[in-house]
Amino acid sequence: MGLFDRHAGLLEAYRDVRTTGYDPFQIRMERVLSPTEAIINGRKMLLVGTNNYFGLTFDPSCMEAAIEAIRAEGTGTTGSRIANGSYSEHVALEQEIAEFYGKKHCMVFTTGYQANLGLISTLAGEGDQLLIDADSHASIYDACKMTQAEVVRFKHNDPSSLEARLRRLGDRPGNRVVVLEGIYSMLGDSAPLREFIDVCKKYGAYVIVDEAHSLGALGDNGRGLCESAGVLDDCHFIVGTFSKTLGAIGGYCVSNDPDFDILRVTVRSYMFTASLPPSIVASVRQALKVVKARPELRTQLWSNVATLYEGLAAKGFKLGPEHGPVVGVHLPDRMTAIGFWRAMLDAGIYVNVAVPPATPNGVSLLRCSVCAVHTKEQLEHMIEVMTGIGRQLGVLDDRTLRVVGGAR
Amino acid sequence: MIVETDGMTDTLERARVSGQSRGEVIREICRHLVPFQTGERPITGDTVIAKDLTIDSLAIMDMVMELEDHFDISIPMNVVAEIHTVDQLADTIQKLCARR
Repeated sequence: MGLFDRHAGLLEAYRDVRTTGYDPFQIRMERVLSPTEAIINGRKMLLVGTNNYFGLTFDPSCMEAAIEAIRAEGTGTTGSRIANGSYSEHVALEQEIAEFYGKKHCMVFTTGYQANLGLISTLAGEGDQLLIDADSHASIYDACKMTQAEVVRFKHNDPSSLEARLRRLGDRPGNRVVVLEGIYSMLGDSAPLREFIDVCKKYGAYVIVDEAHSLGALGDNGRGLCESAGVLDDCHFIVGTFSKTLGAIGGYCVSNDPDFDILRVTVRSYMFTASLPPSIVASVRQALKVVKARPELRTQLWSNVATLYEGLAAKGFKLGPEHGPVVGVHLPDRMTAIGFWRAMLDAGIYVNVAVPPATPNGVSLLRCSVCAVHTKEQLEHMIEVMTGIGRQLGVLDDRTLRVVGGAR
Repeated sequence: MIVETDGMTDTLERARVSGQSRGEVIREICRHLVPFQTGERPITGDTVIAKDLTIDSLAIMDMVMELEDHFDISIPMNVVAEIHTVDQLADTIQKLCARR
């Protein structure tokens, strides 16, 4: 058997994807002009697939903070957090995030992926039971491969499915650890967190919530779904990332657990990789200040979400189940999704395309992510372009505009 | 679809142990696998789920979730990873049902 034979199915799918002439997985941003525009294939594109929810990548105060940090402390730390890679700024950032959540402890990781990978695989060990949502992010699935704990999936966003699995464990020994996400990255739907928490309390399970896509977007202070659902105190561990709303890269975990610090010498993805460079730490600290100081960015984001979601729904597109900073547009099959994606690129709009096996239930999607600094005109233009392509490709009915999406 | 089961004695023995007839378990598994059948090839106990059918790993895990709820058992992902054939899946289900 050849080295790549086991990937034969994937290779075939990848070949399909590339038949349009562009490879969606190897798009080159020739020059990024702003949070909403970049040069791709020599022309200016509207970006609606960057997870840059507040548009802070070009925030002048964050950029200045990063530049200053480079001048003061250099380009990188060249070491891990447990060796020479913990600067005063890393510790200050941890304190600031902990305060932001009103939690006692925080650990900062080099990526959000590593935060999930290390935390989940360390918290649940041999003899424990890990229960994960079926639509969990790859970082959660990968963590499951690294643990000796028993891993069981429950149906996406279905507290009764989780309850059945907790009930079946009966009085078997071991810690129950449940992993949830605030907003799911493909369809932008959020977890029924309060119901999940009730189930977890009933069965004495620990809860980890990943707020990667909900930080900034949800809650009166932007802390995420834990805040908007009023369950901050019931979430034992909250994980998140700096690479979306905060416009940089990195991950974190906060908790009130008194023994939290033991994680610093047990979580391998924290211990055995270089820490974040000073510039990133500085821009993230500033971005967190901006999130706190400018709640209007959250208002703008949701107003833009409403424009895009309601606009597309009115034209007859089938969308994810609710408003969210990610708007997933369902398309009938992989080739239509890829053709649609390519046509949008030709029309000057970049979104993400998501096809099986990377999607739940084998769905094919255009994944749009909305930014607080998108203008209404940009989004209305996008709806117009998508409607035209939708009609050309027969995804939308030409005459009667049926409303098939928009169920909330 | 033709469903072949093990020898009758074996089947009865397992049914006695688990309280869940093997025929019923196999039938339920096949009900979920039929949509992924390739051509006219029948699904048997020897069918290698990931290889002989057009089903990806995610769909296998989703099918397992349905079987879990039908039989009111949980099959951990690491156990699923070791299962290749329909017979092995049926063995696992019967074993877990017996422990219930």
